[in-house]
Amino acid sequence: MAFTGTTRKVTAHLTQNEALSFEKSAPGKKGYKLAPLDVPEADASALLGDSVRSNEPMLPELSEIEIIRHFTRLSTWNYAIDLGMYPLGSCTMKYNPRVNEFVSRLEGIAEAHPYQPEALSQGLLEIIKLLQDCLLDITGMHAITLQPAAGAHGEFTGILLARAWHESKGNPRKTILIPDSAHGTNPATAASCGYQIINLKSNEQGGVDVAALAEIVNEDTAAMMLTNPSTIGVFEHEIHKIADVLHAKGALLYMDGANMNALVGKTRPGDFGVDVMHLNLHKTFSTPHGGGGPGSGPVACKDFLEPFLPTPVLAQGPDGLLHWNYDRPQSVGRVRMLYGNFGMFVRALAYILANGPDGLRQTTEDAVLNANYIRKKLEDVYELPYPTASMHEVVFSDKRQVKNRVKTGDIAKRLIDYGFHPYTTSFPLIVPGALMIEPTESESREELDLFIDAMRQIAREAEENPELVTSAPHSTRISRLDETTAARKPVLRWHKPVVRWKTPGPNDPVEIGTPAKEW
Amino acid sequence: MRYLPKSDAERAAMLRDIGVGSIDELFSAIPEEYRLARDLNAPRQMGESEIVDHFKAAAQKNANGYTSFLGAGAYRHYRPVVIDTIVQRGEFLTSYTPYQAEITQGTLQAIFEFQTMICELTGMDIANASMYDGSTGAAEAVMMAVRVTGRDGVLVARTAHPEYREVMHTYAQHQGHEAREVGYGPDGRIDLSALEQAVTEETACVLVQSPNFLGIIEDIPAIAEIAHKKDALLIVSIAEAVSLGIVRPPVEADIVSMEAQSFGVALSYGGPYCGVIAAKEKYLRQMPGRLVGETTDTQGRRGFVLTLSTREQHIRREKATSNICTNQALVALMATVFLTVYGKQGIRELALQNLSKAKYAADTLGKHGKLLFAGTPRFHEFVLQTEDPPKQINVRLLEKKIIGGLPLKKWYPELGNASLWCATELTTKDQIDAAAAVLASAPVAATAR
Repeated sequence: MAFTGTTRKVTAHLTQNEALSFEKSAPGKKGYKLAPLDVPEADASALLGDSVRSNEPMLPELSEIEIIRHFTRLSTWNYAIDLGMYPLGSCTMKYNPRVNEFVSRLEGIAEAHPYQPEALSQGLLEIIKLLQDCLLDITGMHAITLQPAAGAHGEFTGILLARAWHESKGNPRKTILIPDSAHGTNPATAASCGYQIINLKSNEQGGVDVAALAEIVNEDTAAMMLTNPSTIGVFEHEIHKIADVLHAKGALLYMDGANMNALVGKTRPGDFGVDVMHLNLHKTFSTPHGGGGPGSGPVACKDFLEPFLPTPVLAQGPDGLLHWNYDRPQSVGRVRMLYGNFGMFVRALAYILANGPDGLRQTTEDAVLNANYIRKKLEDVYELPYPTASMHEVVFSDKRQVKNRVKTGDIAKRLIDYGFHPYTTSFPLIVPGALMIEPTESESREELDLFIDAMRQIAREAEENPELVTSAPHSTRISRLDETTAARKPVLRWHKPVVRWKTPGPNDPVEIGTPAKEW
Repeated sequence: MRYLPKSDAERAAMLRDIGVGSIDELFSAIPEEYRLARDLNAPRQMGESEIVDHFKAAAQKNANGYTSFLGAGAYRHYRPVVIDTIVQRGEFLTSYTPYQAEITQGTLQAIFEFQTMICELTGMDIANASMYDGSTGAAEAVMMAVRVTGRDGVLVARTAHPEYREVMHTYAQHQGHEAREVGYGPDGRIDLSALEQAVTEETACVLVQSPNFLGIIEDIPAIAEIAHKKDALLIVSIAEAVSLGIVRPPVEADIVSMEAQSFGVALSYGGPYCGVIAAKEKYLRQMPGRLVGETTDTQGRRGFVLTLSTREQHIRREKATSNICTNQALVALMATVFLTVYGKQGIRELALQNLSKAKYAADTLGKHGKLLFAGTPRFHEFVLQTEDPPKQINVRLLEKKIIGGLPLKKWYPELGNASLWCATELTTKDQIDAAAAVLASAPVAATAR
């Protein structure tokens, strides 16, 4: 079906086809040249005996130009922030500054070995110290660990801290309260820390029902995990009451910092009663998402939780030198080897330095401005399930479009034809058919207007030609993929075709790279 | 602020369109008493040149221009230039997790290639799209084994990376299973008779690292036999992925948990690195993390999607196989490019160079100390026992701008004055000889133990 829509934003163009690297491989081609060996070549069989590898892994054999083209061609099949607006709600797809990448690759930073002497690592430790200090002031907390590798890992660490504190008082308690609007990582985290989950039903404004909360909290409650602003982009204006209710029963308030981009420089979780929280450096602090990682999920906490932080913690000696302190008898232990995703710390700090206090505040204001602008310009065509004021993201529902059997997922796919990455679909769970839109501060008014224009046109298409929307996208290299077959008969690796499978006997040499069994 | 694409006039116009008088009105949901009335306590806004200067100054305070013999789970290998060229393409760098398959086929195909390469290298049937790192991957592998077997006993070799063991302990403590350690024998390998005694019908898994933390290659077939006799799973953790170019893959393992940092990932003071879990196909449904699968579109064209997500937290919530959400996609891409560059021949040639350098280093440095576990196969690390404490020796080495082996006393006090040395393809004969000269000027070799 022909594309009918705006052409202001996109024009179709050719992209190169590209097979898998294995399919392009030819024996004897090389993309590498090692320096000559300046020591005698070892006799691998003699040195390794039975432990020597007897077969060759089926890795591709390609020249350098083919490798560059291979991955460059693949890259052109991706949408990216660098190409346009990426309004994935709750993901904070903001611009990833290039100076961040540059400084993270400086010699002395990129090549630093984690076990090199601390005296020869002072510059690295100073980077960590300054980032920690900035994040502490941004959050209003007292102590921090940068060790967790991602947001969910930070949640895990934060709940371990809460648990360790309760245990130190004689009882780890049993339950964690989680609103039904929460990210799926929250209940998964609580379960992995040995807690039972109690789901909290959101109130009519999509927020926490404080009265209902007060009835549920008791001496079994270890903590509540709360996202603020919530996943519908609404600030919990009774946050201090929530904290009071929890604290009155000895329970802690954990804040999921996924939506911190709405708060930086405007308000501080530590001030409004949060005891422990994580940040996502890959969201709020501009480190690249990289197609799904690496992330970084620092955990900040109040003083009373400090003794439980993962080992090691950064410390400063009387001589002014920074060092890692491993002598932490009450620590929850390590959650990751070494010190965390240091490369992300460098990038996050570069972002903070580029902004300064004024830039950080302006960033937050622009993020909130952009979300409210979209809300205003779309609220007459898309249903707004919660009319509460939006912060950095706005959540609509597909209620009006569903009448024509057009669902949020269809509208999202149709957005692709208009040159945008889809918003987050079907989340949060409290909004049936949710369209969760987070523009971030990185969008110009021009880009926002194009997005608004696209969304309005799609709303009209849903009325006039729903089939056009439900069969979208129409302009991509491939159309919708058969996910059912992918899951029922998983093909998770490539196999060389036309080679017979032979089950190895006990005395056969071990063969790797033997071809497929049928799934 | 140069990252913000709006003029003040545009901001004012947008506020008018929204129908509010000032930006503060949009923040009115925040109770007044909690609004921050001051500037954040962060350095002032810097120009780009100042930012570069700031980090250059920091970089210069570190160990620049030193020869290093450090390994121990973080390895210095050459990183082909094309790796950074490719991962810095904005389409890879600034893309999100490929949930929208139609516009993320590049990332998806690259991950599919990564999964295939990991299967090829490890001898496993399936591999996931990556985990945070080797230490958390090992912990997740243990939890996976507990789910598969329904048992709660976990045995971990004491020769596994000490920090991996700490992470496994942290993860395990609230899962109702406790990791017990199994010691090593005089050959530096896990003590097989102790292992045999320790494995019971309650044992979910045995985890060994190979090459282990002491550089020794474990006897995987023998360990597998002991584990499998009691229907326990064998998890093999691999911290030095390059070893697979020349070391027999652990095909008898049920799960392989690997750190892929050696495949073209910068040391970067400890991260980001790239864990990955590979396994036998029958354990697929208990695999944590993301998986990419091949399928077709409505026109029958080949394409790739994230699949089997019903295992994951965003669907299963508290019943998920793990709370893991991100993987390490960009780092996995580095590894994929690295393996494409070296290819079938290169990975062996590279591994052989590492083996050769380490043999020369062990032979040369071993003259000035005692090479422990000397007769057991190892890859590119070795333990040197000296008369003087390694810390003292290292001070003398530092004077020559050499960072010597990692002192082991903290983790293995029974080895006395022992240190762990590593040589890779980047270590030159001259550097090894220079280190040997410093050692030679130290009091000669311990004979004790």
